[in-house]
Amino acid sequence: MNRRIIRVYGFLIACFLLLAGFTAYWTVIDADSLKAEKDNRRPLLKAQKVERGTIRAADGTVIAKSVPVGGGESRRYVREYPLGPLFGHPIGYSFVGEGNSEFERFHNETLVGERFRVSSLIDEFTGRRPVGDEITTSLDPEAQRVAQGALAGQPGAVVAIEPKTGRVRVAAAIPSFDPNLVPGNLAELNGNPAAPLLNRATQGQYPPGSTFKVITAAAALDSGAIDPQTLIDSPPSLTIQGQPLANFGNTGFGQIDVRRALTSSVNTFFARLGEQVGQNTLFEYMDRFGFNSKPEIDLPKDELSVSGVFQGGKLLRSGDAVDVARIAIGQERLLVTPLQMAEVTAAIANRGVLMKPRIWARVRDQDGRVVRRMKPESQSRVISARSAAQLTEAMEAVVNEGTGTAAALSGIPVAGKTGTAEVPNRAECQGLPNQAWFIGFAPADDPEVAVAATVECTAGQGGTVAAPIAAAVMRALTE
Amino acid sequence: MIRSRDRNIELVALLPVAVLVTIGFAAVFAQDNNALSNLSLSYGLYFLALCLAAHLFIRVRLPDADPFLFPLMALLIAIGLIMIYRLDADIARDLARDQGNWFVIGLGFFAALILILRDYSVLERYRYTIALIGILLLISPRLPLIGEQINGAYLAVRLGPIGFQPGELAKICIVVFLASYLREHREMLVVGARRFLGVTIPPLKHFGPLLVVWGAAMLLLIFIRDLGASFMFFAAFLSLIYVATGRLSYVVVGVTLFLVGAWVIYSSVGHVTDRVDIWLDPYRDPDGAGYQVLQSLFAQADGGVLGEGFARSLVVIPGSETPILPAAHTDLIYTLIVSELGLAGGVAIISIYLLFAARGFKVALMANDGFSKLLATGLTAIFAFQAFVIIGGVVRVIPLTGVTLPLVSYGGSSIVANFILLGLLLLVSDRARREAREGTVVR
Repeated sequence: MNRRIIRVYGFLIACFLLLAGFTAYWTVIDADSLKAEKDNRRPLLKAQKVERGTIRAADGTVIAKSVPVGGGESRRYVREYPLGPLFGHPIGYSFVGEGNSEFERFHNETLVGERFRVSSLIDEFTGRRPVGDEITTSLDPEAQRVAQGALAGQPGAVVAIEPKTGRVRVAAAIPSFDPNLVPGNLAELNGNPAAPLLNRATQGQYPPGSTFKVITAAAALDSGAIDPQTLIDSPPSLTIQGQPLANFGNTGFGQIDVRRALTSSVNTFFARLGEQVGQNTLFEYMDRFGFNSKPEIDLPKDELSVSGVFQGGKLLRSGDAVDVARIAIGQERLLVTPLQMAEVTAAIANRGVLMKPRIWARVRDQDGRVVRRMKPESQSRVISARSAAQLTEAMEAVVNEGTGTAAALSGIPVAGKTGTAEVPNRAECQGLPNQAWFIGFAPADDPEVAVAATVECTAGQGGTVAAPIAAAVMRALTE
Repeated sequence: MIRSRDRNIELVALLPVAVLVTIGFAAVFAQDNNALSNLSLSYGLYFLALCLAAHLFIRVRLPDADPFLFPLMALLIAIGLIMIYRLDADIARDLARDQGNWFVIGLGFFAALILILRDYSVLERYRYTIALIGILLLISPRLPLIGEQINGAYLAVRLGPIGFQPGELAKICIVVFLASYLREHREMLVVGARRFLGVTIPPLKHFGPLLVVWGAAMLLLIFIRDLGASFMFFAAFLSLIYVATGRLSYVVVGVTLFLVGAWVIYSSVGHVTDRVDIWLDPYRDPDGAGYQVLQSLFAQADGGVLGEGFARSLVVIPGSETPILPAAHTDLIYTLIVSELGLAGGVAIISIYLLFAARGFKVALMANDGFSKLLATGLTAIFAFQAFVIIGGVVRVIPLTGVTLPLVSYGGSSIVANFILLGLLLLVSDRARREAREGTVVR
């Protein structure tokens, strides 16, 4: 019998090894996917017990903080946003029932304190509660307020970046939302036809209009296709791919250089220039500016939109059949985000180097020590410093004597470009035909801020509607 | 002297229990000193004093008994007690105190059994009476007035304020009966067998009793509607048949019969169907029938390798009494351990059961007569398979059912029954080792 008893024990060991194996599977191998399971409320409930770190504006103003509810074992923390809708975008919200979004979501680990597991053993006996880290952003509440005020309720967005560092100073989108009102109202906010939860600064995709001519010009100057003195004949209109392509007001300009063409936003000049530069080169420069991939900003990737040429929601590549002449003037199937246009502007302002845009600036632990500091990082060398200088000169002319005079600031040189894209068929615009744009930076000789402003559904032009908004934000950030 | 050396080993083996209890209670106390009174800290000391008393009792009455069985058992109880004590703050109850009281009562039964049953071979004489008591206990939850249905299974009776799980005691009765019955009939089960198509078929007239046991198990399954308890009984039964006869074919036939029966019941008893379907796909009803299994897995995922830390796992939704780990003190106590102490804690628990089983089977190996061998084997097997059934349920190896994790889960009947089980094992062990020491083996 003894041999058989030992065999029974052997079988039992096998059974128990199976138990250990399954335990290992749930605790280690499959743990991450279990934690991500939507029926699993434990991660959120646990996060609620942690005092989530405060989020501050650049000047120290509190944007988001956690306040305790209840006491003892049942004490938990609820998010409060003292500034209301001012930073609904890009900060987002964080609630147990509704989850996290935007900046709150991207920086979740920091805000709940990743170090909390390591120190838990010590905390166990000291009774110290886990506290998340505090993040200071580069956002400027005053400029953000100016941007929201200047949009004056019109749907649109303003993004302002510090060109040398990539610091995001303003990321305003209208309509915004008050994160304090998210609990219990998420379904309603999601169903709202005005889409207040959509961050138009990073997710809104709009035709860029003539602001895209800056990219065409950058590609042409930097690739050597033209130099600042090159003259191109610019008639009132051309026939491109069987369709007429005309200048605003059907004006003819004759032989003009790139500066003149940009100043007066001459379509026929840039259509020809685009064909001269060629599709491959133009797409390559678009890539360098950050088109065709998600922006490298500290926001969740699935809450960012790509800029590029789209066909039925699909991104077209340089090998696809496109009308390069119309792309060159910002038409065709081009769609861009305000963030992307701010990056284009910042790259030119930063002597041709695109810095990765960053909203966060510093992380402090619960004792107030700075544990991490944002290090400015370049994303790509887009154009040479020389090309950037040539472009800057032309863009200054736009503001001084061209379509962008409404963006001029007293005593500060401004470089910029207007854009007006016609979108006559958009249902939500109720007949208002234009998408108005202005991109620019100031001071032109030593840029502190690069801005992109856009307004949806307007009867006005980029120079009349968007330029003043951009000017107000640039003024706020250069004072 | 070997005898006192054994007992000294036992005393030393109780040291880890003492350390664990002290640290565990201190940790809970440090965590929740506002929620728990100073008095509660004395539970730990009280527990240790009782362990010491039990040790002294064994030293006097069963000087030759296995020195590891009781410390391993005390270790399991200590772990359970600490986890339950830790839960008290969350669910605002005094379960640890109750469990401590049950521990005292269990020790009482243990002592009484050893004092009364000086020669356990008398059990053989009353085997049919014992079997009848076992069956009655098993079906008692289906009896009117006292029976109680919990989550669709009939596992408990209620007499006034006292709830009781008769299956816990019944398992001992059944094992005693089977050990005795198989001791007598095993020769015939082996000798009369014929081979047919490569399979050894037992003689039909001896096959009868097997069918009766199978039928009883199936009937029980229908009566108590609990796959887990049924599986545990059947696994112990098959282990005994195999050890008694050495015929793997009996096991094959038995497993086949069990699967057939289980399939029939699965397709006809709604409650069993639900349990199995939820086991196969808990996400089909994440907030209803699948809630407990899913929450069990989610809590384990939080545990990782080393756990979230003692008393750190979420048991209720903060600020409410809504459980996020339902039945954490009974069904899901293994989950709670894994969540807080990680894979390491889970493996530790599993290892303790394996060590206990090793000592139990060692008793069977050393025993000199068939009944003792089969009794020790059966008791050890049913104890270990019970642990397998409930742990297997919470880690989704098998459908989750409502048996307790022996000695760790909260529950009076479980503690009392397992103390009786321990008493029997120690009685067998004491005799076997005394005979070995004195060289008085009479065959």
